[in-house]
Amino acid sequence: MISTMKKWTVGVMVGMMALSVVGCGNDSKPAATGGAPANAASAKIGVISYLSGGGAAYGEAIRQGLELARDEINAQGKTKIELVFEDSKGEKNEAINATNKLIHKDNVVAIIGPTLSGEMFAVGPITNQAGVPIMGTSTTAEGVTDIGDFVFRNALPESLAIPHAVKKAKEKYGLKKVAIMYSNNNDWAVSGFKTFEKSLKDNGIETITIETFADKDTDFSAQLTKIATLKPDAIMVASLYQEAALILKKAREIGINVPVVGNNGFNSPQLIKSAGKAADGSIMASPWFPGKEDANVKKFVAAYKERFKKEPDQFAAQAYDALKIIASALEKSGSNSDRKKLRDSLATIKDFPGVTGKFAFDAQRNPAMDVTVLIVKDGQFIELK
Amino acid sequence: MFWQQVVNGVTLGSTYALIALGYTLIFGVLNIVNMAHGEIFMFGAFAGLVLATKFNLNIFLAMAGAMLAGAVLGYLMERLALRPLRRRASSHLAPLISTIGVAIFLESLALRLFGPQAQSFPPVFPGGLLDFGMFKISYVQIMILAISFGLMLVLRFGLAKTRLGKSIRTTAENIETAGLLGINTGKIIVFTVMLASGLGAVAGVLVGLAFNAVEPTMGVTMGFKGLAVLILGGLGNITGAMVGGLILGVAEVFTVAYGASSYRDAVAFGLIIFLLFLRPQGLFGSQEQQGGR
Repeated sequence: MISTMKKWTVGVMVGMMALSVVGCGNDSKPAATGGAPANAASAKIGVISYLSGGGAAYGEAIRQGLELARDEINAQGKTKIELVFEDSKGEKNEAINATNKLIHKDNVVAIIGPTLSGEMFAVGPITNQAGVPIMGTSTTAEGVTDIGDFVFRNALPESLAIPHAVKKAKEKYGLKKVAIMYSNNNDWAVSGFKTFEKSLKDNGIETITIETFADKDTDFSAQLTKIATLKPDAIMVASLYQEAALILKKAREIGINVPVVGNNGFNSPQLIKSAGKAADGSIMASPWFPGKEDANVKKFVAAYKERFKKEPDQFAAQAYDALKIIASALEKSGSNSDRKKLRDSLATIKDFPGVTGKFAFDAQRNPAMDVTVLIVKDGQFIELK
Repeated sequence: MFWQQVVNGVTLGSTYALIALGYTLIFGVLNIVNMAHGEIFMFGAFAGLVLATKFNLNIFLAMAGAMLAGAVLGYLMERLALRPLRRRASSHLAPLISTIGVAIFLESLALRLFGPQAQSFPPVFPGGLLDFGMFKISYVQIMILAISFGLMLVLRFGLAKTRLGKSIRTTAENIETAGLLGINTGKIIVFTVMLASGLGAVAGVLVGLAFNAVEPTMGVTMGFKGLAVLILGGLGNITGAMVGGLILGVAEVFTVAYGASSYRDAVAFGLIIFLLFLRPQGLFGSQEQQGGR
């Protein structure tokens, strides 16, 4: 028994060594072509996204937004872009593996993603050290760009969006006491909760209870029954849309009809699709508003609908803008493979006409953009005025 | 609020109990923990959903269809993942690993077939809320309670009184002796796995109805809760699965209601650890190890 085990172990080790030798052979090739003259080849951009698992809906929207942008850019012909997709499955270690592969094997000039803020906190330091610009399109948590000079995002940080929504809701509905619910195993939702807490305090609104749940929870009856007895003027919710839709449904079912102020997760057509009538009265602040009177937005919505047979959500729109921003930065830098030049050129982006509004990076490489406060009424997002 | 939370807890608990039943049946007869049960549960939910939305069947027919689909999956799992290992008399860990394989396969398959989005059943009883003053209960909740307790009772008496039930119990007691007594143990094993999987599928439809979210990863957390109930109630014990499920459900809901929701699972599972200190064999488990492979 032991001797067969030994044989096996030796066999496996020999096999692994053989593989790693082959692997080295493959690795050296792209490195050689990486030094080829600039602009001759297309710009290789890595994408790390949540493509399978529980949050795959976000990853899919991001992928579709990117593919649409890539094809439009390549059709225009000023810059050629090639996307290399990697699936992070929403897990930090998978995201780290993908990052290392993209930087060292694929030799990408920049990385778009990852989807979750938690993943960004894991991979940001790696790309920053390697000098590869990375741009989050959906990473809205506090502190993402503090990681380093190579970390950008075009996702509106919630520390800017939530206070707008809270202030507007207070003006409109005269909120005095509210309940907060948030997902406590999600870095991003916890950060959203902290922003809620702070902006409620700033607005002099009393928090009467704080209830938590976890991502993928489906039963919220216990929390909502408790909240119903406390009779709040509104409920603040920080969660992804899947849980948000279930919370809304349950709340309306047991007779809680007060407004629900949400974080960025609420800003998706999926929320209305899943929650149906129950979504009415949800309020959120967002840079993305598909009904906006703007030629760019209308063109994007039409093209997206034709290709993917559904309305683009915020994740698709921000990914679409991100790639367009990178393309225009590449064009300005005059090189398709110089990572440092791309970073410097990205940092100077200003007045970029994106579908999520007029766009610029501030000194902290966060987006400086306009915010619209939306409310759901009869199954439609409309502006809350 | 107290009675309302009791209703919430009992509804949640009865779905846990229904899942634990499937685990406990298979454990009783085969002495293995079927790690794919949560995924069969998820497939059942999707089968019911497809029947209800694409073929416009009424919810009870859809449930019967889902049960059938679950049973077929159970049959395939037994033939492909359990029987070959049993024949080779491999270690008892091997089937555990092979069912984990089945679980991962089914989850990925569901992701391909149905996509990652959570989907929900069409409203079965629109606007249904019965007000008893002290608490409100929806028709869906009543249906869940009735079906889960109904199935548990049928199972309990089926195993105790019918010939088939007696054969299952004999096989669970000792597989060699059962064979000597003229019971076709191979068939009994297949039947038990199919029955357990069918029950899992029904549980899937009920949970889908109750919480309105059918998606490919729903089996994972529910599967673990079911596993905890299996241990709490006593391995291979039907009454244990029922009572254990209700205890876990009520404990979770009351932690949220009168404590802090962050400690929901910590208190519920802490309670399980405490109960296992008092009765290591589970609430209704028997003292000695029994059952054969």
